[in-house]
This record gives sequence, structure tokens and C-alpha cells, in this order.
Amino acid sequence: MTHILIILAQRALLGLITLFIVSVIIFLAVSMLPGDAAEAILGQAGTPETIAALRKQLGLDVPAHIRYLNWLGNIFQGNFGVSIGNGRDIGEIIGVRFSNTIFLATFAACIAIPSALILGVLAALYRNSYYDRTINVVTISSISTPEFFVAYILIVFISVKMGWLPSLANIRADTTFLGKLERTLLPAITLTLVCMAHMLRMTRAAIINLLSNSYIEMATLKGMKKVRVIIHHALPNAWAPIVNVVVLNLAYLVVGVVVVEVVFVYPGLGQLMVDAVQRRDMPVVQASCLIFAATYVFLNLVADILSILTNPRLLHPK
Amino acid sequence: MISKSEPSIVTSKTKYFFTELMGAPLSAKIGILIVVIYIFVALFAPLLAPFGESELVGKKYQPWNNTFLLGTDNLGRDMLSRILFGARNTVGIAFLTTLVAFLIGGICGIFAAVVGRWIDQVLCRIVDILMAIPLLIFAMLLLSIFGTSIPSLILIIGILDATRVFRISRAVSLNIVVMDFIEAAKLQGESLFRITIREILPNIFSPLAAEFGLRFCYVFLTISALSFLGLGIQPPTADWGSMVRATADLITFGDYTPLIPAAAIAALTVGVNFIVDWFLHIHSRLQDEL
Amino acid sequence: MSSKQNKTLLSITDLCIDGFSNNRWHQIVKHVNLGLDHGDILGLIGESGAGKSTIGIAAMGYAKPGCRITQGSIKFDNLELTTATEEEKRILRGSRIAYVAQSAAASFNPAHKLIDQFSECVVQHGIGSRQQAYADAKDLYNRIKMPDPNRIGFRYPHQVSGGQLQRAMTAMALSCRPNLIIFDEPTTALDVTTQIEVLSTIRDIVQQFNTAAIYISHDLAIVAQMADKILVLRDGEPIEEAETRTMISNPKQKYTKSLWAVRSFQKSKTSLNPQTRPHIKVERVTAAYTKSTDDVLIDVNFEIMQGETVAIVGESGSGKSTMARVITGLLPPKNGMVFYEGAQLPDDYRNRTAQQLQKIQMIYQMPDTAINPRHKIRHIVGRQLSLHLDLEGDAKQRRLEDLMDMVDMTPTRYLDRYPEELSGGQKQRVCIARALAANPSFVICDEVTSALDKIIAEGILRLLDRLQQELKLAYMFITHDLATVKAIADRVVVMRQGCIVEQGSRSEVFDPPYHEYTELLLSSVPEMDPDWMDRVIANRLQKNRMQPAKI
Repeated sequence: MTHILIILAQRALLGLITLFIVSVIIFLAVSMLPGDAAEAILGQAGTPETIAALRKQLGLDVPAHIRYLNWLGNIFQGNFGVSIGNGRDIGEIIGVRFSNTIFLATFAACIAIPSALILGVLAALYRNSYYDRTINVVTISSISTPEFFVAYILIVFISVKMGWLPSLANIRADTTFLGKLERTLLPAITLTLVCMAHMLRMTRAAIINLLSNSYIEMATLKGMKKVRVIIHHALPNAWAPIVNVVVLNLAYLVVGVVVVEVVFVYPGLGQLMVDAVQRRDMPVVQASCLIFAATYVFLNLVADILSILTNPRLLHPK
Repeated sequence: MISKSEPSIVTSKTKYFFTELMGAPLSAKIGILIVVIYIFVALFAPLLAPFGESELVGKKYQPWNNTFLLGTDNLGRDMLSRILFGARNTVGIAFLTTLVAFLIGGICGIFAAVVGRWIDQVLCRIVDILMAIPLLIFAMLLLSIFGTSIPSLILIIGILDATRVFRISRAVSLNIVVMDFIEAAKLQGESLFRITIREILPNIFSPLAAEFGLRFCYVFLTISALSFLGLGIQPPTADWGSMVRATADLITFGDYTPLIPAAAIAALTVGVNFIVDWFLHIHSRLQDEL
Repeated sequence: MSSKQNKTLLSITDLCIDGFSNNRWHQIVKHVNLGLDHGDILGLIGESGAGKSTIGIAAMGYAKPGCRITQGSIKFDNLELTTATEEEKRILRGSRIAYVAQSAAASFNPAHKLIDQFSECVVQHGIGSRQQAYADAKDLYNRIKMPDPNRIGFRYPHQVSGGQLQRAMTAMALSCRPNLIIFDEPTTALDVTTQIEVLSTIRDIVQQFNTAAIYISHDLAIVAQMADKILVLRDGEPIEEAETRTMISNPKQKYTKSLWAVRSFQKSKTSLNPQTRPHIKVERVTAAYTKSTDDVLIDVNFEIMQGETVAIVGESGSGKSTMARVITGLLPPKNGMVFYEGAQLPDDYRNRTAQQLQKIQMIYQMPDTAINPRHKIRHIVGRQLSLHLDLEGDAKQRRLEDLMDMVDMTPTRYLDRYPEELSGGQKQRVCIARALAANPSFVICDEVTSALDKIIAEGILRLLDRLQQELKLAYMFITHDLATVKAIADRVVVMRQGCIVEQGSRSEVFDPPYHEYTELLLSSVPEMDPDWMDRVIANRLQKNRMQPAKI
């Protein structure tokens, strides 16, 4: 087992290094803006002296790499800095927003993953049937539509015309769990529809690829029942590609969530970042960008690790 | 002379293409029709539109009537005209961006595959790092820094998307680079440049063409999403994404107007996807047979 | 022909199968008849595309996706398979008819242990319990001479070598003691020296259990060792059927006789002018692919005279292809030098003059990947005319036509075609024409006939021989096929794991006394003699050289 642990450790290290470099990129990008936080905060009212003083107070008068290390150090302590817009501590807001976004994404994933896997496997098993061809057309249409289109259609029909669900997903700290589910159902469905289509197509392709292997045909030639061929022969080898598909689509979900949050006015990290970009509130932009990137890197790392763990050649080396 | 028992398959390329075209599934034909319509509208928008792109012609939020077939938007501009002009803006900008992505990513990808060694490793690492941040997020970050002018939009999205193009063009080029005829060309004394252009490029054209379609769709949707979020193409330029945003309030009254520009986006993407799907289907079938 | 109606186990009558390609159904098996009794072994031979695998699989009532049985009857023990239900067929498969595929590596499920895949048949068909199957597996693994038979079954497919997997698949086919086993080219993918061990194992085990078998191969010599009767197929049609010994000693059909073609081809006598120095000289060459990997060539020395053919022969891993890469300058050696007409050639091809590049040409094994599918034949052959010889216009056209004539291809028919419109043999001729366009004096032929059917291969060898006579070309012929070497070589260099084991004229190397390794190679090449395998095995056992498969 030790060789596997070594490979896993290597991957994890690689993930950390990537994250580290990403943080450098984000920091450098933001530092390219003319002017800095001190000027932004004081705005028109600032004189050269007050700006210099504030700069010193905020620790902005030191060279770039020291500023970077300070920033990084602060983050490890949970201090993301202060928002330029309203002066509040970013760490507090981000925590809440991030957990809201995770809630929404998880909700969508719980619906999307099982549906996509089952429908995708069926489409592969009944390849070129009417079912499969319909699925093909529907999924292409689905991945081609922008999230806001799907969102507004759902809102118009389900929320406005039918009145079944609220069109604004504003949840607060004191909303009950069921209440949360009710309000986030529509945004979750929106996310699901687009994400599921991607997942379905990729699952179908992976299973078709799997079924074309010689050992599947061999199992049939050995007189195994079709059910056994699928469950005993195909499935153990399907984990690797399926896991890969699922995790990569989860990474996609992380991005799709941004538009959905804006449409439904959902208090998540995506909406926070969009607002911050519009207002040029750079500390918030920096922080939320970092968190999104970290989530993405983490999900890719998980995909990598799971595909190693589900590969029989790596599990049992020569 | 060669005995008659040796088979020779005679195919004419143009004839083959038309046979395939006639035998294309309905979805592909619809896709082609859609694309043709869009190109037509984009080219002839000034002639087709009843009013100017940003002309204030009436009261705000007018419902659909005889003068303004699709009503007016939040500032009193004619929706129909803006949608027609939006074709050239949204589609045009997305197309240019995809071109930029392909030029940068494609050339780098082929270069990495042909030259190999440490240059390949370095480029791959750079691309890996750039792809570690999700594109939309990275784009939002860079747009907030460099501004949302059209050239900046095209460059930022173009460079970010070039990473995806890099990977695929490198992959298909590597498949060709290991073939014996490349080695034969080297031994003939051909320059690397000539080998790239005359030996490799013709063989990777098909998969790259399909990828162009797919990247266009992705870029198109991303730019629309950014415009919808207010971070992309700025008003008063007519752009479908921002038009959805501008009329979004009407949704709460059950008005379908905001759905129209959104549907315009969806229709083109669906059409291109159908075409690419059909194209990949033929191409993979050809690969199996040869 | 004996009457098929009396055959009790398998009786195929007037079988026709269609295959779907190019958007149409084509007939790929045409009116085939064959029959087997219990314990009979039938050999099915034919070239690629002859339909033998399709027929073999049809004996199980199975048609691959893209194939359909259109006519005829397949009777297994009185059950008509063409009309049987899926369930009836399923019960037969694995338990009474078993299949051994060409690629064992691809046919084993990578996620399960070998012994579990063995016992699956037994348990699922209700023949025995898992424990019984395990015990039987170990016994069978022992009988087919797998190393460590009690434990090897508990490994995964990727942990075991190719030869061992092939045996494991044979054992798996026997697990339910079927009446009939279909062997589909089981040794094609193996090295020549491994092949003979696996073949003898298969034959012994089939005899021990009195199983009927259909043995499919493209190599008549191999089938002659295994089968009592042979059926020759061509393009899906039966050509000839006879008892093995009758067919070998007295083949009736012209096509059958042509399968001996390569073996019977003899090159023209080479008359060489006395030469003062070798045309090509390889001196103390040691090479490796990168600085850190092991040496692929170790201190290699040999010479090639103008106008002669030197065959470099060895198994996979012997370094023969690497030799070609060193000589052409694609792989600069760590040590040593290559001389052309006495002058040292720069190690790297990029440092060579155009003249040096022209004089040494190479022809590759796979014609499909050796020419650019997007170029017309005209361009492929003519490029070097423009590049090196500065020929344009009419002069170039005339030279192109000359070259095509030299390789027996009508210029007007082929110059403006694309490679996909040509057959394998035609593409290889284009490759030869391309090589000739530069007016070389030395041509490296890297396994140029290995990917071609025997008859086509013979045509290529004839062509190369004629060109050598006309143009006084020197050839370095790289091959693993000893029959080819015997046909075309003036001198032979035998290589093994990067070193030259023996070199000399053809008669020196191939007549006794032999070097040990040469003998091993020679004895592993199947001969058209049904008793050949028995002799070799008896010989090896005597010399104690047969070891239980480490392969």
C-alpha cells in the first residue's frame, strides 16, 4: 500500500504548489491596478499625507513580496482583510457566503449526479435507440443554453405563472432547513439542468468506451448473463471514468453557481464577487477569487486521487 | 503490372462531402440553417432593423405592439432593432475572441508538440497553472483590473481560452508527430517549419475545426454571461447578454421580453453544437473505417 | 470432400455472413461448409480479411456488432444456432463451446484476478462450486506449465506476462470441459521463441481432454502442427480443404500453393565487383535513447558492401530498428561512428549534407503511417525530386513516371490518387518509389514486409530484388522473420539484446554448426512439416533447454 500513499502524497503536494502559485498570480494581478487600497478608501478626501499615513497603517508601504507574505499569513489566520466598500471584516462575510454557495452547489449535485449517471448509463446501454437519440438532442440543447435563460424560464413559468416557488432565494441565518430547501429549489434545479447535461454526455461517452473493450465481449462469449456482464464486468472498471466525470463537473458547478446566484439574488460567494467586481472592491475580489480557485484546485485534486484509487493497475502493481 | 486482385477504393472528396450532407440528421440541418440565418442577420443588420441601435424611440417598457414588434427596453429603445444589431456585436466579438484563442493556443500547442523537450514541459506547466483558476472567475478578476472595453474583453477571454485550445492542439499534433512520415520528412531535410505547415497541419485540421465550433460556443456563452453580470460588453452597445439584464425586471410581471435575447443566444449555440456533433460523428466513423 | 452430414459435433452448411462498412452491407463470408466430430482439430487459414475469425465466432452463434448471418445453418450437437434463442446460446457458450481470443491482454478483465475469471464460468454455468473451480484451476495451470501454478491464479492480468496470459486464457477456456474450443490466432502476438512453447501446450492439453478445436491462423506452417484437417479461405470463400499431410505434400489449388510463396522465393545471385572499402561501415556503436536509460546497442560492428543485402535479424528488443536510427542520424550514438564510402557521417542528421541524406534512404514497416494521408502520390514521390534534384515541370513529370514504372504502378492511374485509395501493397510500393526518387545507393528496409499478407510480401521482395540488380543498391534488411532472411540475404547479422551474436554469409550462419542463439531462433520458425514441432520439442527436452514458461 505504501506506493499508493507515495503517489497520493505527491499529488497532494502538487495541488498545494498549484494553489500557492495561484495565490501569487491573484496577488500580482490585483497589484497591477493603479492606485491602491489607501487611495481607494480615502477617495477624493485624501491628501498625500493622510494617504501615506493610511498606507503605513494598512501595511502597504512595504515591498511587494513582503505584502504578499503578509497577505498570505493573514489568510492562514482567517483574516482576509477589510472591504473597501463598507469597511467590514471580509472574513466574516466570506464564511457565511461560502457556506451558502456550498449548500446550493451540494443541493444541485445531489439531484444532478444520480440522475445524470443513471440516464447516461442507460443511454450507453441502449445506444442509438430512440431514447438515446432524444437524450442526445435534449442534452445538446441544455448545454447550449446560458444559465440565465434557464433561470428566467423557470422563474416565469414556475414562480410567476404557477406561483409554486419563490423567485427570490433570499435566505438568512435564521431560515429553517426546510425553508432553505424551498427557497433554493429553483436555483438548484437551474444549476442541475445545465450541469446534468454535461455529466450525462460524459458518462454516456465513458460507458460506451468501456463497453467496447474486448473483455466485455469475452464475458458474453463465456456465456455470462447480460446483467452479470454489466454489473460484474463493466461496473468495476467504470468507477474510474465516472468518478472523473462527476468531480470535473462539480468543478464546473462551482462556476455556474455565480450566474444563478445573481439571477435569484442568493446570498452566496458568487454574488459577492460580482458585486465586488462592479464596485472595484479589490480586497473582496481578491479573497473570493482565491476561495473559488482553492475549491477548484481541491476538486481537481480529488478527481486525480480518486482516479488513482480506482485504477486496478495502480492498486496492484507488478 | 499490378494484378487486378488488389482492391482500390475510389472516392472523390467533394462527392463524399455532398453525400454526407444529404444524409445528415435533421438536427445538423437545422443547425446549418440557424447559423446561416445568424450570419445573414449579422451582415445585414443595418438594412433589416427598423430603428437605430441605440436610438431612443419611445417610452420605456412598452409592450409588444405594431410599431415596436418586441416592445421597448428600460430606456425606451426598440428591442427588435437591438436584437438584430446584437447579432453582429455578440456573435462578432465571440468569433474574434475564438480566433484569438485559436491563434495563440493553436500555434503554441503545435509548437510544443513539434519541438518537444523542455519547451513543451514549460508550456504545459504554464497552461496547467492558468487553468487552475476557473475561467469565469479569472476573467472577472482580470476584467476588474484591466477594464471592460471590447479589446480588453477579447484579449482576456482569448488568452484564457487559448489554454484549452493549447491542450487539444498539442494532443492531436502529438498523434501526428510520432508517425513515420514525419520522420521520413525530417530525413528528407525538410525544415521544421515546412513540416509543421505541410505535413502536420493538414492532418489536424478536422479535429481542430470541430474544436473551433465547440470553443466558439463556450466563449459565446461566457461573454454573454459576463455581459449579463454587467462585466462584459457595456451599454449602449447592443449585446444580448446585457439586454437580458436590462429587461430582467419584466420577468416578475410575466413578460417574455427578456427571454428573447436569451433565446437568441441559446439558438445559435444549439445550432453550432448540432453541427459539431454531426461532424464528429462522421469523423469518428471515417477513422474506424480507415 | 468428405460429407458433412455425418459430423456429429459441429456442422456448418452454406454459411453466409454480411459485414457493414462504408454505409453498406457487404458479404464477408460466402457459402462456407465445415464439420467437426468430437476430438477433431480443424485448421482455418487465410490472410487478413479472409473471414476466418468471423466464421470461428459464428460457430458459437455469435455475430460481432456490424455483422449479420444471412444464410446457412450452424448446428452444434443437433441444436440449430441460427434459430436458437439467446438463452439457449448463452447456456452453450463457455460451457460447451469456448473461445480463446487473439489478444489475451485485452480479453481479461483488469479488475479481477485470473483465477476468479476462471472460476466464473464454472460457477455461473452451475457446473461446480468455487472451491472446486479453484482446485481445478491450479491443476490446469500446472498442466500447462505456468510458473508457480498454485499462486499465479491470484494475480491480476497486468501482473503477468503475455505468454502466461495466453496460457491462462487457454486454461479458462477449458474450465468447463467444453466439447469445442475455438482458438483465434492465439500465438500471433507472441515472440517466435515463446510461440513454440505455447503451441505445444495447447496441442497437448487439447489431446488430453479429447476436445474438438478450430485453430485459426494466417500461418499455414503453424496450423500444420496443430490440425488434422485444414480449410483454406480467401476473401470469405473456401478454396481448398484436405487432411493436413495431404495438403502439405500435394496442394491442389494455385492459391494454396502461393501460401508457400515467400519460402520458395530465392533472390538472384549477386555478382559484386571487388571493392576496396565497404559502402557502409558501422564501427563500435553504442547507443541509448536518453542519457539515463540502458544501452540499446552495445559495441556493434559490421559492414555492408555496395550492391549486397545484409539482413539484420533478431527478436523484439534486439536493437535492430535502433541500428537503423543510428545510421540515418536520428539517434546519435554515445560511442562509435558510421562511415559512408569511407567518410565519417555526422552523428546527427541535421548536420549532414543534402548529398549524404539523399544517398541513404529508409522504407518503413507500416505503409499506412509512412506516407501522409493528405498528400497525393505525386507529391509524396516527387518531393525529393524538387527538393534535392531541382527537377521541375516536364522533367519532373517524366522522372515521376519512370519511378512509378519502376515499382510496377501505372503512372496515369496512381499519381493523382490519395493514399486511402490504395491497398497496403500499393502503398509500400509508393514508399519504395519515394526512396528511389533521391537516387540512393543504400536503402534500409525496416520490416517492410511484416505488415503485409504473404503473397503481397513476396511481390515486394521480388521488386526489391529486381531494383537491386538494376540499380546496384545496397540493402540493410531488418526483419524478425527467418523465412524472409533465407530468401533475400547475402549476409546475415544476428542480434540479441543490443549485441551482435553472430554474423557471416547466409550459408555460414544458417548451416550447422550453429551459434546457440541462432539455433534457438531457427528452430522456432515453424516449418511446413506436421512433425516439426514434435522434433523440436524432443530435441530441446533432450538438451534440457525447455523450461516451464518463464515467458
